[in-house]
Amino acid sequence: MTPWRVSIAAAIASVLLILVVFELIRSRRLRERYALLWLLTGVVLLVLSLWRSGLNTIAGWFGISGYPPAILFAVGILFILLVLLHYSTVISRLSDQSTILAQRLALLEERLGDERQEHRGG
Amino acid sequence: MTEVLEAPSALDERLRVLRRIAIVPAYNEEDSVGRVLDELRAFDPGLEVVVVDDGSTDRTADTARARGAHVVRLPFNLGIGGAVQTGFRYAWEHGFEIAVRVDGDGQHDPRELGAVLEPVLADEADIAVGSRFSGRNGYRSSRSRRIGIRLLAWCVSALTRQRITDPTSGFQAANRLGIRLFAADYPHDYPEAEATVMVFKHRLRLQEVPVAMRARETGRSSITALRSVYYMVKVLLAIFVALFRRKAVPLE
Repeated sequence: MTPWRVSIAAAIASVLLILVVFELIRSRRLRERYALLWLLTGVVLLVLSLWRSGLNTIAGWFGISGYPPAILFAVGILFILLVLLHYSTVISRLSDQSTILAQRLALLEERLGDERQEHRGG
Repeated sequence: MTEVLEAPSALDERLRVLRRIAIVPAYNEEDSVGRVLDELRAFDPGLEVVVVDDGSTDRTADTARARGAHVVRLPFNLGIGGAVQTGFRYAWEHGFEIAVRVDGDGQHDPRELGAVLEPVLADEADIAVGSRFSGRNGYRSSRSRRIGIRLLAWCVSALTRQRITDPTSGFQAANRLGIRLFAADYPHDYPEAEATVMVFKHRLRLQEVPVAMRARETGRSSITALRSVYYMVKVLLAIFVALFRRKAVPLE
Protein backbone atom coordinates (compact mmCIF):
# COMPACT_ATOMS: atom_id res chain seq x y z
CA MET A 1 0.00 0.00 0.00
CA THR A 2 1.11 3.58 -0.65
CA PRO A 3 2.52 5.32 2.42
CA TRP A 4 0.11 7.99 3.69
CA ARG A 5 2.75 10.69 3.54
CA VAL A 6 3.29 10.03 -0.15
CA SER A 7 -0.44 10.30 -0.82
CA ILE A 8 -0.75 13.53 1.12
CA ALA A 9 2.32 15.13 -0.44
CA ALA A 10 1.19 14.13 -3.94
CA ALA A 11 -2.30 15.47 -3.29
CA ILE A 12 -0.94 18.81 -2.04
CA ALA A 13 1.37 19.09 -5.04
CA SER A 14 -1.53 18.40 -7.43
CA VAL A 15 -3.76 20.97 -5.76
CA LEU A 16 -0.94 23.52 -5.94
CA LEU A 17 -0.49 22.81 -9.64
CA ILE A 18 -4.22 23.33 -10.26
CA LEU A 19 -4.27 26.57 -8.25
CA VAL A 20 -1.19 27.98 -9.99
CA VAL A 21 -2.62 27.18 -13.42
CA PHE A 22 -5.94 28.74 -12.43
CA GLU A 23 -4.24 31.92 -11.25
CA LEU A 24 -2.18 32.10 -14.44
CA ILE A 25 -5.36 31.93 -16.52
CA ARG A 26 -7.08 34.48 -14.34
CA SER A 27 -4.22 36.96 -14.64
CA ARG A 28 -4.15 36.34 -18.41
CA ARG A 29 -0.66 34.96 -18.51
CA LEU A 30 -1.93 31.59 -19.76
CA ARG A 31 -4.60 30.99 -22.36
CA GLU A 32 -7.28 28.41 -21.69
CA ARG A 33 -6.21 26.56 -24.81
CA TYR A 34 -2.80 25.85 -23.35
CA ALA A 35 -4.02 25.36 -19.81
CA LEU A 36 -6.36 22.44 -20.36
CA LEU A 37 -3.60 19.84 -20.54
CA TRP A 38 -2.04 21.19 -17.35
CA LEU A 39 -5.36 21.13 -15.54
CA LEU A 40 -5.97 17.57 -16.73
CA THR A 41 -2.53 16.62 -15.39
CA GLY A 42 -3.36 18.14 -12.02
CA VAL A 43 -6.77 16.48 -11.80
CA VAL A 44 -5.51 13.03 -12.81
CA LEU A 45 -2.60 13.19 -10.33
CA LEU A 46 -4.95 14.42 -7.61
CA VAL A 47 -7.37 11.55 -8.20
CA LEU A 48 -4.57 8.97 -8.26
CA SER A 49 -3.00 10.30 -5.07
CA LEU A 50 -6.27 10.35 -3.12
CA TRP A 51 -7.77 7.13 -4.50
CA ARG A 52 -5.28 4.85 -2.81
CA SER A 53 -6.88 1.49 -3.58
CA GLY A 54 -7.25 2.52 -7.20
CA LEU A 55 -3.55 3.31 -7.40
CA ASN A 56 -2.84 -0.18 -6.02
CA THR A 57 -5.07 -1.79 -8.63
CA ILE A 58 -3.48 0.15 -11.50
CA ALA A 59 0.00 -0.69 -10.19
CA GLY A 60 -1.11 -4.35 -10.20
CA TRP A 61 -2.06 -4.14 -13.89
CA PHE A 62 1.45 -3.05 -14.73
CA GLY A 63 3.07 -5.66 -12.51
CA ILE A 64 4.26 -3.18 -9.92
CA SER A 65 3.68 -4.86 -6.58
CA GLY A 66 6.42 -3.36 -4.45
CA TYR A 67 5.84 0.37 -4.67
CA PRO A 68 2.49 1.61 -6.10
CA PRO A 69 3.48 5.33 -6.06
CA ALA A 70 5.75 4.52 -9.03
CA ILE A 71 2.52 4.85 -11.02
CA LEU A 72 2.33 8.51 -9.94
CA PHE A 73 5.76 9.10 -11.45
CA ALA A 74 4.86 7.21 -14.60
CA VAL A 75 1.63 9.17 -15.09
CA GLY A 76 3.39 12.43 -14.30
CA ILE A 77 6.09 11.74 -16.88
CA LEU A 78 3.51 10.71 -19.45
CA PHE A 79 1.70 14.01 -19.05
CA ILE A 80 4.94 15.99 -19.20
CA LEU A 81 5.71 14.27 -22.50
CA LEU A 82 2.24 15.15 -23.78
CA VAL A 83 2.64 18.79 -22.79
CA LEU A 84 6.06 18.96 -24.44
CA LEU A 85 4.78 17.38 -27.63
CA HIS A 86 1.87 19.82 -27.64
CA TYR A 87 4.29 22.71 -27.20
CA SER A 88 6.41 21.47 -30.10
CA THR A 89 3.39 21.70 -32.39
CA VAL A 90 2.55 25.14 -31.01
CA ILE A 91 6.10 26.40 -31.54
CA SER A 92 6.07 25.08 -35.10
CA ARG A 93 2.87 26.96 -35.81
CA LEU A 94 4.20 30.15 -34.20
CA SER A 95 7.43 30.04 -36.21
CA ASP A 96 5.45 29.57 -39.44
CA GLN A 97 3.31 32.55 -38.50
CA SER A 98 6.25 34.78 -37.59
CA THR A 99 7.82 33.97 -40.98
CA ILE A 100 4.62 35.09 -42.70
CA LEU A 101 4.49 38.25 -40.56
CA ALA A 102 8.12 39.14 -41.32
CA GLN A 103 7.52 38.68 -45.05
CA ARG A 104 4.36 40.76 -44.97
CA LEU A 105 6.11 43.51 -43.03
CA ALA A 106 9.10 43.58 -45.37
CA LEU A 107 6.84 43.75 -48.44
CA LEU A 108 4.83 46.57 -46.85
CA GLU A 109 7.96 48.54 -46.00
CA GLU A 110 9.20 48.11 -49.53
CA ARG A 111 5.90 49.42 -50.87
CA LEU A 112 5.98 52.39 -48.45
CA GLY A 113 9.53 53.19 -49.54
CA ASP A 114 8.40 53.24 -53.18
CA GLU A 115 5.61 55.67 -52.39
CA ARG A 116 7.92 57.97 -50.50
CA GLN A 117 10.31 58.10 -53.42
CA GLU A 118 7.46 58.84 -55.80
CA HIS A 119 6.41 61.75 -53.58
CA ARG A 120 9.93 63.13 -53.59
CA GLY A 121 10.31 62.67 -57.31
CA GLY A 122 6.99 64.37 -58.01
CA MET B 1 -49.16 49.04 -29.48
CA THR B 2 -48.80 52.23 -31.53
CA GLU B 3 -45.09 52.06 -30.87
CA VAL B 4 -44.85 48.78 -32.72
CA LEU B 5 -46.66 50.20 -35.72
CA GLU B 6 -44.41 53.21 -35.86
CA ALA B 7 -41.24 51.24 -35.42
CA PRO B 8 -40.07 50.74 -39.04
CA SER B 9 -39.99 54.39 -40.07
CA ALA B 10 -38.72 55.52 -36.67
CA LEU B 11 -35.91 52.99 -36.89
CA ASP B 12 -34.75 54.27 -40.22
CA GLU B 13 -34.57 57.82 -38.88
CA ARG B 14 -32.52 56.82 -35.87
CA LEU B 15 -30.17 54.70 -37.94
CA ARG B 16 -29.72 57.17 -40.78
CA VAL B 17 -28.01 59.80 -38.65
CA LEU B 18 -25.43 57.36 -37.27
CA ARG B 19 -22.12 56.28 -38.74
CA ARG B 20 -22.77 52.60 -39.04
CA ILE B 21 -20.81 49.57 -40.14
CA ALA B 22 -21.32 45.87 -40.64
CA ILE B 23 -18.47 43.58 -39.62
CA VAL B 24 -18.40 40.45 -41.76
CA PRO B 25 -15.89 37.81 -40.65
CA ALA B 26 -15.26 35.35 -43.47
CA TYR B 27 -13.02 32.34 -43.84
CA ASN B 28 -13.17 30.72 -47.28
CA GLU B 29 -16.69 31.94 -47.96
CA GLU B 30 -16.39 32.96 -51.64
CA ASP B 31 -19.69 31.21 -52.40
CA SER B 32 -21.76 33.01 -49.79
CA VAL B 33 -20.08 36.30 -48.92
CA GLY B 34 -21.27 38.03 -52.10
CA ARG B 35 -24.90 37.34 -51.34
CA VAL B 36 -24.46 38.51 -47.74
CA LEU B 37 -22.99 41.81 -48.99
CA ASP B 38 -25.84 42.28 -51.51
CA GLU B 39 -28.39 41.68 -48.77
CA LEU B 40 -26.64 44.12 -46.44
CA ARG B 41 -26.84 46.77 -49.15
CA ALA B 42 -30.51 45.97 -49.69
CA PHE B 43 -31.17 46.40 -45.97
CA ASP B 44 -29.38 49.75 -45.76
CA PRO B 45 -27.42 51.29 -48.66
CA GLY B 46 -25.66 53.67 -46.25
CA LEU B 47 -24.25 50.85 -44.17
CA GLU B 48 -20.50 50.57 -44.59
CA VAL B 49 -19.12 47.06 -44.62
CA VAL B 50 -15.77 45.70 -43.52
CA VAL B 51 -15.06 42.11 -44.46
CA VAL B 52 -12.42 40.55 -42.25
CA ASP B 53 -10.85 37.85 -44.37
CA ASP B 54 -9.43 35.43 -41.84
CA GLY B 55 -6.62 34.04 -43.99
CA SER B 56 -8.84 32.59 -46.71
CA THR B 57 -7.21 30.63 -49.50
CA ASP B 58 -10.08 31.20 -51.94
CA ARG B 59 -11.41 34.36 -53.61
CA THR B 60 -13.32 35.67 -50.59
CA ALA B 61 -11.37 38.97 -50.51
CA ASP B 62 -11.74 39.60 -54.27
CA THR B 63 -15.46 38.90 -54.14
CA ALA B 64 -15.87 41.32 -51.26
CA ARG B 65 -13.75 44.06 -52.88
CA ALA B 66 -15.70 43.75 -56.12
CA ARG B 67 -18.83 44.67 -54.17
CA GLY B 68 -17.26 47.76 -52.66
CA ALA B 69 -16.64 46.48 -49.15
CA HIS B 70 -13.59 47.43 -47.14
CA VAL B 71 -11.49 44.30 -46.86
CA VAL B 72 -9.06 43.60 -44.05
CA ARG B 73 -7.00 40.53 -44.85
CA LEU B 74 -5.38 38.75 -41.96
CA PRO B 75 -2.00 37.24 -42.85
CA PHE B 76 -3.06 33.88 -41.42
CA ASN B 77 -6.09 32.32 -39.82
CA LEU B 78 -6.69 33.79 -36.38
CA GLY B 79 -9.95 32.02 -35.67
CA ILE B 80 -13.35 33.63 -35.37
CA GLY B 81 -12.55 35.53 -32.16
CA GLY B 82 -9.46 37.22 -33.57
CA ALA B 83 -11.26 38.02 -36.83
CA VAL B 84 -14.28 39.58 -35.13
CA GLN B 85 -12.07 41.61 -32.82
CA THR B 86 -10.21 42.94 -35.85
CA GLY B 87 -13.56 44.15 -37.20
CA PHE B 88 -14.45 45.88 -33.95
CA ARG B 89 -10.99 47.50 -33.86
CA TYR B 90 -11.63 48.82 -37.36
CA ALA B 91 -15.01 50.16 -36.29
CA TRP B 92 -13.54 51.78 -33.17
CA GLU B 93 -10.57 53.39 -34.91
CA HIS B 94 -12.72 54.75 -37.73
CA GLY B 95 -15.16 56.28 -35.30
CA PHE B 96 -18.26 54.26 -36.15
CA GLU B 97 -21.13 54.78 -33.74
CA ILE B 98 -22.92 51.54 -34.30
CA ALA B 99 -21.69 48.17 -35.54
CA VAL B 100 -23.36 44.92 -36.42
CA ARG B 101 -21.68 41.58 -36.90
CA VAL B 102 -23.02 39.46 -39.74
CA ASP B 103 -21.14 36.26 -40.52
CA GLY B 104 -19.92 35.71 -44.05
CA ASP B 105 -21.32 32.19 -44.26
CA GLY B 106 -24.84 33.53 -44.68
CA GLN B 107 -26.41 32.09 -41.53
CA HIS B 108 -27.22 35.59 -40.26
CA ASP B 109 -30.04 37.00 -42.37
CA PRO B 110 -29.51 40.75 -42.95
CA ARG B 111 -33.30 41.19 -43.16
CA GLU B 112 -33.36 40.48 -39.41
CA LEU B 113 -30.99 43.38 -38.71
CA GLY B 114 -33.83 45.73 -37.91
CA ALA B 115 -34.82 43.51 -35.00
CA VAL B 116 -31.24 43.08 -33.79
CA LEU B 117 -30.56 46.82 -33.97
CA GLU B 118 -33.77 47.88 -32.23
CA PRO B 119 -32.63 47.62 -28.55
CA VAL B 120 -29.39 49.49 -29.33
CA LEU B 121 -31.12 52.24 -31.29
CA ALA B 122 -33.69 52.59 -28.52
CA ASP B 123 -30.77 52.89 -26.08
CA GLU B 124 -32.09 49.96 -24.09
CA ALA B 125 -28.93 47.93 -24.63
CA ASP B 126 -25.28 48.49 -25.47
CA ILE B 127 -25.14 45.11 -27.15
CA ALA B 128 -28.01 43.21 -28.71
CA VAL B 129 -27.78 39.60 -29.76
CA GLY B 130 -30.04 37.72 -32.15
CA SER B 131 -31.20 34.48 -30.58
CA ARG B 132 -32.45 31.41 -32.42
CA PHE B 133 -34.14 30.01 -29.37
CA SER B 134 -36.06 32.78 -27.71
CA GLY B 135 -39.45 32.98 -29.36
CA ARG B 136 -39.99 32.21 -33.02
CA ASN B 137 -37.83 29.55 -34.40
CA GLY B 138 -36.76 28.43 -37.81
CA TYR B 139 -33.63 26.71 -36.68
CA ARG B 140 -32.82 23.02 -36.59
CA SER B 141 -29.58 21.52 -35.46
CA SER B 142 -28.25 18.24 -34.21
CA ARG B 143 -29.41 16.93 -30.87
CA SER B 144 -25.96 16.92 -29.27
CA ARG B 145 -25.40 20.48 -30.38
CA ARG B 146 -28.73 21.63 -28.93
CA ILE B 147 -27.90 19.96 -25.62
CA GLY B 148 -24.48 21.60 -25.61
CA ILE B 149 -25.97 25.01 -26.31
CA ARG B 150 -28.61 24.51 -23.62
CA LEU B 151 -25.98 23.57 -21.03
CA LEU B 152 -23.94 26.60 -21.99
CA ALA B 153 -27.05 28.78 -21.90
CA TRP B 154 -27.82 27.58 -18.39
CA CYS B 155 -24.29 28.38 -17.16
CA VAL B 156 -24.15 31.80 -18.80
CA SER B 157 -27.63 32.69 -17.53
CA ALA B 158 -26.67 31.70 -13.98
CA LEU B 159 -23.42 33.68 -14.13
CA THR B 160 -24.95 36.82 -15.61
CA ARG B 161 -28.22 36.57 -13.69
CA GLN B 162 -30.02 37.22 -16.92
CA ARG B 163 -31.90 34.79 -19.14
CA ILE B 164 -29.66 33.93 -22.10
CA THR B 165 -31.10 31.45 -24.58
CA ASP B 166 -28.49 31.45 -27.33
CA PRO B 167 -24.99 32.00 -25.90
CA THR B 168 -23.33 30.90 -29.15
CA SER B 169 -24.99 33.46 -31.39
CA GLY B 170 -22.66 35.86 -33.16
CA PHE B 171 -25.47 37.93 -34.68
CA GLN B 172 -24.76 41.10 -32.70
CA ALA B 173 -25.26 44.84 -32.74
CA ALA B 174 -23.20 47.18 -30.57
CA ASN B 175 -23.13 50.89 -29.80
CA ARG B 176 -19.93 52.86 -29.19
CA LEU B 177 -19.54 51.37 -25.70
CA GLY B 178 -19.93 47.86 -27.02
CA ILE B 179 -17.55 48.53 -29.91
CA ARG B 180 -14.98 49.85 -27.46
CA LEU B 181 -15.21 46.77 -25.25
CA PHE B 182 -15.01 44.28 -28.11
CA ALA B 183 -12.19 46.23 -29.77
CA ALA B 184 -10.20 46.09 -26.54
CA ASP B 185 -10.92 42.45 -25.80
CA TYR B 186 -12.74 39.66 -27.54
CA PRO B 187 -12.33 36.05 -26.45
CA HIS B 188 -10.64 33.46 -28.66
CA ASP B 189 -11.68 30.21 -30.30
CA TYR B 190 -15.39 29.95 -29.58
CA PRO B 191 -15.98 33.36 -28.20
CA GLU B 192 -19.63 34.32 -27.91
CA ALA B 193 -20.46 32.71 -24.58
CA GLU B 194 -17.39 34.17 -22.92
CA ALA B 195 -18.10 37.53 -24.52
CA THR B 196 -21.56 37.52 -22.93
CA VAL B 197 -20.05 37.02 -19.49
CA MET B 198 -17.48 39.71 -20.25
CA VAL B 199 -20.19 42.19 -21.21
CA PHE B 200 -21.90 41.46 -17.90
CA LYS B 201 -18.67 41.97 -15.95
CA HIS B 202 -18.22 45.37 -17.56
CA ARG B 203 -21.79 46.27 -16.61
CA LEU B 204 -22.82 46.93 -20.16
CA ARG B 205 -26.42 46.22 -21.04
CA LEU B 206 -27.03 43.15 -23.18
CA GLN B 207 -30.35 42.16 -24.66
CA GLU B 208 -31.40 39.12 -26.67
CA VAL B 209 -33.74 39.48 -29.59
CA PRO B 210 -35.56 36.57 -31.23
CA VAL B 211 -34.49 36.12 -34.85
CA ALA B 212 -34.72 33.43 -37.49
CA MET B 213 -31.39 32.15 -38.71
CA ARG B 214 -30.62 30.24 -41.85
CA ALA B 215 -28.84 26.96 -42.18
CA ARG B 216 -25.31 27.43 -43.44
CA GLU B 217 -25.27 27.80 -47.19
CA THR B 218 -21.83 26.47 -47.85
CA GLY B 219 -18.96 24.97 -45.98
CA ARG B 220 -19.19 23.22 -42.67
CA SER B 221 -19.48 24.57 -39.20
CA SER B 222 -16.08 24.97 -37.63
CA ILE B 223 -17.37 22.84 -34.77
CA THR B 224 -17.21 19.11 -35.51
CA ALA B 225 -18.59 16.44 -33.22
CA LEU B 226 -15.43 15.49 -31.35
CA ARG B 227 -14.14 19.01 -31.13
CA SER B 228 -17.37 20.23 -29.60
CA VAL B 229 -16.62 18.37 -26.37
CA TYR B 230 -13.20 20.01 -26.21
CA TYR B 231 -14.73 23.41 -26.93
CA MET B 232 -17.41 22.84 -24.33
CA VAL B 233 -14.81 22.19 -21.63
CA LYS B 234 -12.68 25.08 -22.79
CA VAL B 235 -15.55 27.55 -22.89
CA LEU B 236 -16.88 26.45 -19.51
CA LEU B 237 -13.39 26.90 -18.05
CA ALA B 238 -13.08 30.29 -19.72
CA ILE B 239 -16.38 31.66 -18.46
CA PHE B 240 -15.72 30.24 -15.00
CA VAL B 241 -12.31 31.91 -14.80
CA ALA B 242 -13.69 35.12 -16.29
CA LEU B 243 -15.83 35.45 -13.19
CA PHE B 244 -12.76 35.77 -11.02
CA ARG B 245 -11.36 38.61 -13.06
CA ARG B 246 -12.20 42.11 -12.00
CA LYS B 247 -12.41 43.55 -15.44
CA ALA B 248 -11.37 41.96 -18.67
CA VAL B 249 -8.96 44.70 -19.67
CA PRO B 250 -8.38 48.34 -18.92
CA LEU B 251 -10.25 50.23 -21.60
CA GLU B 252 -8.44 52.90 -23.52
